[in-house]
Amino acid sequence: MIATSTPEVHVPDPAKRKLAIFIVLGCSLLSAIGQYLIKLGANQLSHAGLFATMIGILTIPQLFAGYCLYALFTVLFVYALRHGELSILYPLIALGYVWVTITAVLAFHENLNPYKIVGIVVIMLGVAVLGWGGSGK
Amino acid sequence: MTTPVSSMLLVLVGSVIGSVGAIFLKSGAHKLHRHWTSLAFNWRLALGIGTYLLSSVLYVKGMSNGELSVLFPLVSLGYVCTLVWSRLFFQEVITKVKVTGVALILVGIAFLSLGAQR
Repeated sequence: MIATSTPEVHVPDPAKRKLAIFIVLGCSLLSAIGQYLIKLGANQLSHAGLFATMIGILTIPQLFAGYCLYALFTVLFVYALRHGELSILYPLIALGYVWVTITAVLAFHENLNPYKIVGIVVIMLGVAVLGWGGSGK
Repeated sequence: MTTPVSSMLLVLVGSVIGSVGAIFLKSGAHKLHRHWTSLAFNWRLALGIGTYLLSSVLYVKGMSNGELSVLFPLVSLGYVCTLVWSRLFFQEVITKVKVTGVALILVGIAFLSLGAQR
């Protein structure tokens, strides 16, 4: 084993833990946009096999753009994981559901019903509880 | 439109595999330091990204046939798995705050799914 010059890696730094939480909240927006693009692209290969799906990721613009956002997401997520707890950061990505629902209502005039409103509020509450608990209060 | 069981299984397996990918991403992230070899020869990160890609392919396959209202809640199983993995592999403590947060997120997703059917 080669000794590394960064002994600070495993020492929890409260400021970086907080930053990690905000980075992942930003990641959730990226993943929501990525998921939307992927869903758009996926409609074009509803009965494709596994191999055709992989080719489709490279040739269908929406799928390709979606996966580029996922790549950016991965870089930011890996950085955040260095400084925060997995059990806090991973569930925070669920905020993406809120972004998706809000976008669908505002941009695509999808109907908003009481169930969706309750869902959005409860998810935001859960994310707030995790973020508050994870930043060390 | 109905949701075939095969789609449900693909999304379910995809989300569990995705949560496993996060384990490799985190352990790989801790191996990173200033030297470029720590990125280029980081098999944990490579495996994490590979696992993520595999989970996405399964996810795309699953999502291409079926209703989001049924498939969305299945994705949230990944969050529960992650709590378990975090404790097993990173000795993270499962606190009441974390359980409450994840539980609220699951309830919220269930409500969104109910809303999507109407």
